[in-house]
Amino acid sequence: MKLKSLALAAAALTLGASALVGTAPAQAQAKEQFFPLLVYRTGPYAPNGTPWANGKQDYIKLVNAQGGINGVKITFEECETGYATDKGVECYERLKGRPGVALFDPQATGITFALTDKVPTDKIPLITLGYGLSAAQDGNVFKWNFPLMGSYWTAADILIQHIGKTQGGMDKLKGKKIALVYHDSPFGKEPIPLLQERAKQNGFELSLIPVTAPGVEQKSAWLQVRQSRPDYVLLWGWGVMNSTALKEAVATGYPREKMYGVWWAGAEPDVKDVGANAKGYNALALNTSGTQPKVIQDILKQVHDKGQGTGPKDEVGSVLYTRGVIIQMLSVEAVKRAQERFGKGKVMTGEQVRWGFENLALDQKKLDALGFSGVMRPVSTSCQDHMGSTWARVHTWDGAKWGDMSDWYQADEQIIKPMVKTAADKYAVEKKLTRRTAADCES
Amino acid sequence: MFYRENGQFKSTYRADQQIFPILQDRVAILALLAIAFVAVPLFAPDYWVRAILVPFLILSLAALGLNILVGYCGQISLGTGAFMAVGAYAAYNFQVRIEGMPLIVSLLLGGLCSTIIGVLFGIPSLRIKGLYLAVATLAAQFFVDWAFLRINWFTNNSSSGSVSVAGLNVFGVPIESPAAKYLLCLSFVVVFALMAKNLVRSAIGREWMAMRDMDVAASVIGIRPVYAKLTAFAVSSFIVGVAGALWGFIHLGAWEPAAFSIDRSFQLLFMVIIGGLGSIMGSFFGAAFIVLLPLFLNQLPGWLGFSISTALASHLEFMIFGALIVFFLIVEPHGLARLWSTGKEKLRLWPFPH
Repeated sequence: MKLKSLALAAAALTLGASALVGTAPAQAQAKEQFFPLLVYRTGPYAPNGTPWANGKQDYIKLVNAQGGINGVKITFEECETGYATDKGVECYERLKGRPGVALFDPQATGITFALTDKVPTDKIPLITLGYGLSAAQDGNVFKWNFPLMGSYWTAADILIQHIGKTQGGMDKLKGKKIALVYHDSPFGKEPIPLLQERAKQNGFELSLIPVTAPGVEQKSAWLQVRQSRPDYVLLWGWGVMNSTALKEAVATGYPREKMYGVWWAGAEPDVKDVGANAKGYNALALNTSGTQPKVIQDILKQVHDKGQGTGPKDEVGSVLYTRGVIIQMLSVEAVKRAQERFGKGKVMTGEQVRWGFENLALDQKKLDALGFSGVMRPVSTSCQDHMGSTWARVHTWDGAKWGDMSDWYQADEQIIKPMVKTAADKYAVEKKLTRRTAADCES
Repeated sequence: MFYRENGQFKSTYRADQQIFPILQDRVAILALLAIAFVAVPLFAPDYWVRAILVPFLILSLAALGLNILVGYCGQISLGTGAFMAVGAYAAYNFQVRIEGMPLIVSLLLGGLCSTIIGVLFGIPSLRIKGLYLAVATLAAQFFVDWAFLRINWFTNNSSSGSVSVAGLNVFGVPIESPAAKYLLCLSFVVVFALMAKNLVRSAIGREWMAMRDMDVAASVIGIRPVYAKLTAFAVSSFIVGVAGALWGFIHLGAWEPAAFSIDRSFQLLFMVIIGGLGSIMGSFFGAAFIVLLPLFLNQLPGWLGFSISTALASHLEFMIFGALIVFFLIVEPHGLARLWSTGKEKLRLWPFPH
């Protein structure tokens, strides 16, 4: 009887407590720019999600330590998505109403797809650096999406160019076998149309080998690799899938030198467990790693040395950490750009930040001033082009660290442009959208 | 004291057999409906409606469907996510392939396709029982996952395998605002809950329960196992399919097969078990427990003013949530619905407990 009453009381309590959900304390008027941070620090993607999230947070702290964005302080709140779409949507709904909300960066392709339909009504820009919807490069249709610095189409194109170059010319690709080992989700499937197009043009044979998410079980995929013996393997993985793939490659005896990962399969957590066995594995690089860049030094000095660092100090400057810093830098620069037009030292609305993203003009000089020299290429967006830069490099794991950067490659416009246009048009028809007019670009 | 049926005399069978024979219950449920239909859309904040109430309603609907199968007919199913996926993808195909298809019709047709698949995967239930059946329905889960990942036709040849819908409207009213989405889901839930309640009170519901309690005895007294089991699968997967279509169309807007993964199947099964097997009310309790509690736990440290790291908050959420599930199952194995009726019983006797 006693237990029963206890249970009743507990049930009543949880019911009452649950009724409190969402009744967050009333917010003060926006004097600060709010950056919602959708992260995943738990689950199968946590090893990669964590440094990424730490980088973003540390850069915000650095900007605040240096006085904010023209005096406007930045506030932020993290929300754990676990890479799951429904949780991501909940986080979005939870944080979108905060005063001074600037943008969303969902950190997951699935969440990006779900939010793409929601942001135009809420008037908040959605940035997806190096991931998300490839067709969203077309800013005439995707007014609120910003796949900055690259999409999976540009990534796949650059990898094929690089393989061609190592072969001594694109014509040498004829008759070669290239296998795509991919995470079976929208993320992994995005590059397929481009690779098929490339296969047609360059005459290589493309085989598609899916790996069921999250990718801890890949025996059958690598059996297929062993049977078909492709000349190259492209690895489109994320989280635990990458290190598992490398271990399987070691077990199968597939040469790591012939494996090329996307930029989400080219960071320390992917290769650390495999260590020296992964030597020779290549992956795309959107940015450098290491603690040499000035901005990383600044973070170490002004954030970590003051005991305010977010993650472990020795992870500062790792590949994904640096990418987080870049994402946050671009966001802050977009707010800065918007302030130039709408009023310095003011909190920008989502619409104003969107204009800032659309008119980003970060040349080498500005990058140098921000401490990003050598880390990345200049980014310059426009109403038509929401990507800003389609350049990337390839780096190689030497068994202890990422290095041996190749030259910069630019994705082939001849191939990407028509594909983006067709896909964007298809999207516009499906969603009954019309292309933006020149007047709309001005606003 | 508060909850007495004294003086409420039933003079017809009809009055005696109504869903809520006690006046207080009828008043309470009407008040609840009035609040749900009028007050909530008017006064509830957007976050509440879009991120809590809409998913709660849709998952309650799915749990209700599953409860018919597991709770009333005793057939354990782990394929709920699959049936939801069939509903969502079928409704999507009707919506995009047929010009001018009304939304309600696509949702219901999605449910109908799910019924067909449900009956198909229900056929093994005629031979296999209990946990073995759970494993057989697991096959549905894997098969459906595979089909929607690999067969491009189902996703309208979307290159990424993700599908999305837009510009939804019902009788010309756009389903854009949180209130419109909420009211659409609520209407579905109310209609289906009423339908389900009446089904389980009718001859077919008694057949299901007889099948659940002892199938040999049931067939001896003339209940056809084929009919009883397959109708349970059909009704259950219809409701689950509609819930799946609502989940995709109304809640997510764009989805991929991962939205209906095996995790979803387990989540729904937990809802039904924690809420109360064989209880319509229990489905709602279970859904509330599983949807609301993690959100509450996740946000609690923030309100209390603790600043703990996101990862720790997330881990704590899992731990406390798991502990609460174990606690409730130990003290009340029949689920929250039984607690509810115990509570009502106590109110009835108050202040003279015995």
